Amino acid sequence: MATQEIKKQSPKVYIDRPDHLSGGHRLCAGCGAPVILRQVLMGAGDSPVVISNATGCVEVSTTIYPYTAWKDSYIHSAFENAAATISGVEAALISLKKQGKVTEDFKLLSVAGDGGSYDIGLQAISGALERYHDIVILCYDNGAYMNTGFQRSAATPKGAWTTTSPVGKVRPGKNQQRKNLTEIAIAHNIPYVAQASPHNFRDLIYKAEKAFAAKGPAFLNVLSPCPRGWRSKESDSIQLAEAMVKSNYWPLFEVENGVYKINYDPKKRKGAVADWMKQQGRFRHLFTPENEWIVEETQEMTDYQWERLKAMEEATARFGTQEAAEAQEPAE
Amino acid sequence: MAQTEVKTLAITGNGAVSLAMKQVDPDVVAAYPITPQTDVVQNFSQYVANGDVKAEFVTVESEHSAMSACIGSAGAGARTMTATSSAGYALMVEVCFVAASMRLPIIMTTVNRALSGPINIHCDHSDSMLGRDSGWLQIYNEDGQEAYDATVMSFPIAEHKDVRLPLMNMYDGFIISGAIGPLKPLSAEQVQQFIGQAPDYPKLLDAKNPVTMGPFDGLHGWYFEQKIAQNIAMENALDVIQDTYDRFYELTGRRYEHLMKYRMDDAEIVVVVANSAAGTARAVVDKLRNEGIKAGLIKLRTFRPFPVKLYAEALADVKVVGVMDRADSFGAPGGPLYMEVLTSLYQEGQCAKAVNFIYGLGGRDVFPQNIEDVYRRLDAIAKGEDAPRERIYVNAKGM
Repeated sequence: MATQEIKKQSPKVYIDRPDHLSGGHRLCAGCGAPVILRQVLMGAGDSPVVISNATGCVEVSTTIYPYTAWKDSYIHSAFENAAATISGVEAALISLKKQGKVTEDFKLLSVAGDGGSYDIGLQAISGALERYHDIVILCYDNGAYMNTGFQRSAATPKGAWTTTSPVGKVRPGKNQQRKNLTEIAIAHNIPYVAQASPHNFRDLIYKAEKAFAAKGPAFLNVLSPCPRGWRSKESDSIQLAEAMVKSNYWPLFEVENGVYKINYDPKKRKGAVADWMKQQGRFRHLFTPENEWIVEETQEMTDYQWERLKAMEEATARFGTQEAAEAQEPAE
Repeated sequence: MAQTEVKTLAITGNGAVSLAMKQVDPDVVAAYPITPQTDVVQNFSQYVANGDVKAEFVTVESEHSAMSACIGSAGAGARTMTATSSAGYALMVEVCFVAASMRLPIIMTTVNRALSGPINIHCDHSDSMLGRDSGWLQIYNEDGQEAYDATVMSFPIAEHKDVRLPLMNMYDGFIISGAIGPLKPLSAEQVQQFIGQAPDYPKLLDAKNPVTMGPFDGLHGWYFEQKIAQNIAMENALDVIQDTYDRFYELTGRRYEHLMKYRMDDAEIVVVVANSAAGTARAVVDKLRNEGIKAGLIKLRTFRPFPVKLYAEALADVKVVGVMDRADSFGAPGGPLYMEVLTSLYQEGQCAKAVNFIYGLGGRDVFPQNIEDVYRRLDAIAKGEDAPRERIYVNAKGM
């Protein structure tokens, strides 16, 4: 099997793991990204990591020359190519290890926001997943190009205000529903894909550890609250992430060797999308008689996606055979 | 010391370069196929399939990812190569600038092909000229032997501590890439000995000394100085390239210089040209010399860094110089090579008459008669005819 069994640990175990990202970075108060990065890198344990980062909030806030917030090796080259860059690092690692020039077991992580993952970086991610590099690709999804001032992306929810899907007399924010990037990653038939949220840190760290332990590519899509772009309170970020998960808008699930598993199943939905939409200024204009249909439609889409996910869990349960997993692995 | 008896191979330009890649056997190759570079990638794939090389071969999904993977690989400390052409090079260009700014000694073969549009698969130099300001060393090669030799020589140049810049080698698509010519190869041992061990520079895969590469320069402002440092490295490369050429001469008896002079001693009319057209031009020079016309030829090899002083020196006593460009720069005073030569003359206070000839765009043939016409025009100018300021298009329809 390309994946390994990983136990979800108690917070006490995780808190003792080394911190790969130091304080003093300049990400905003309430930003989900540094929380997510710390949790994901806890999944790498004591291993040295090479981080390949797309242009974006994390990059501009953690590497302001001559300072760096990274305790590991880090490379940023451009916006769309973090996954391609880490592909090259992996090739170098294989070659230099064979020659005895490198001996450590490096973990390799590619990091991009939703702009660098859903949109401009999608091709590089798809290529890297298909080539089956032994890497982890992380998307911190805050639902727009926040770094450059809140422009819409393929991850922006329908109806959301952004500066390129503004609210006007004839347009109520973004016209289209989001793209489902997690399902696109799953379609690459890689060992491990998971969706997570920083409010459930045990679940996220476990998933990161599972992703790093997998032999071959793994993809993590993590919901990342953004007070600036969401027009929400800094202190609400983690609670908002939780509400989005509880409404089934952002289900916590994993797909291991093609088998779906829902990690948080509220059985009966614990809230509606309207609950957290109301707390985010980017949706303010939707709570009017003429625009309410967008909230209703988003709820319908959410319920449909959730039912579909449950059906996938049921349908794939019997397919997790060792043979099927091995057949997917590349030749040596 | 010339080599003792070496078997001469009959091989295409691409075959010669892929053989050099096999003998170099870098740590990593990341490449994407494109006409007319394709068989470089195909041949290398076969070496990998046969177990002839140890290199990790990353079969990327685009040229942008090829160069990005090269950046990751070279940044990680691995000796890294790639190859491309035309639109593929254009797609790479964004990250080519990044590679140069990170001072990563990536070696790339760029088989010259016209840029779209209209789409055209044949040779001109518009692709590599697009990247003339990208911070890469650029070496132009006349034939398969030169391209092979240049590939081997690339490593000590690009990896030299005073240079540490990426390097691209050019040769003409189809005319050289696909045509069979003679090649005197080195042995794999000679190649390994010549290139030596890859240098040790700060790298990602050093767990004890982690490094942040490609940081954000938005607030503290060292971008300007970083660019100056790149230019200093370019300047340093002039000597390093010639030293490497000299060392290669000791090994092979094949002499290389930044610019290759042919019958220049008392030349009055001179053509400057790059790549395969130089071979045609030499035959024309011989013919004109037999008629008593004092014709000479300068073949460009090193385009970045541009050896300004050497051009000024070589052209010091020349009456008229014709610069032949296989790429145009729309709206500029002339083609890219013309502007460099003109600037070199001006910087050294010389004012030989210079005329720009644009030829061979999109693979348009350049026949001996076309080059002879160029020399005849230069001869007429030397004898008093006005030198045109505008470009002269060679063998273009309706001109």
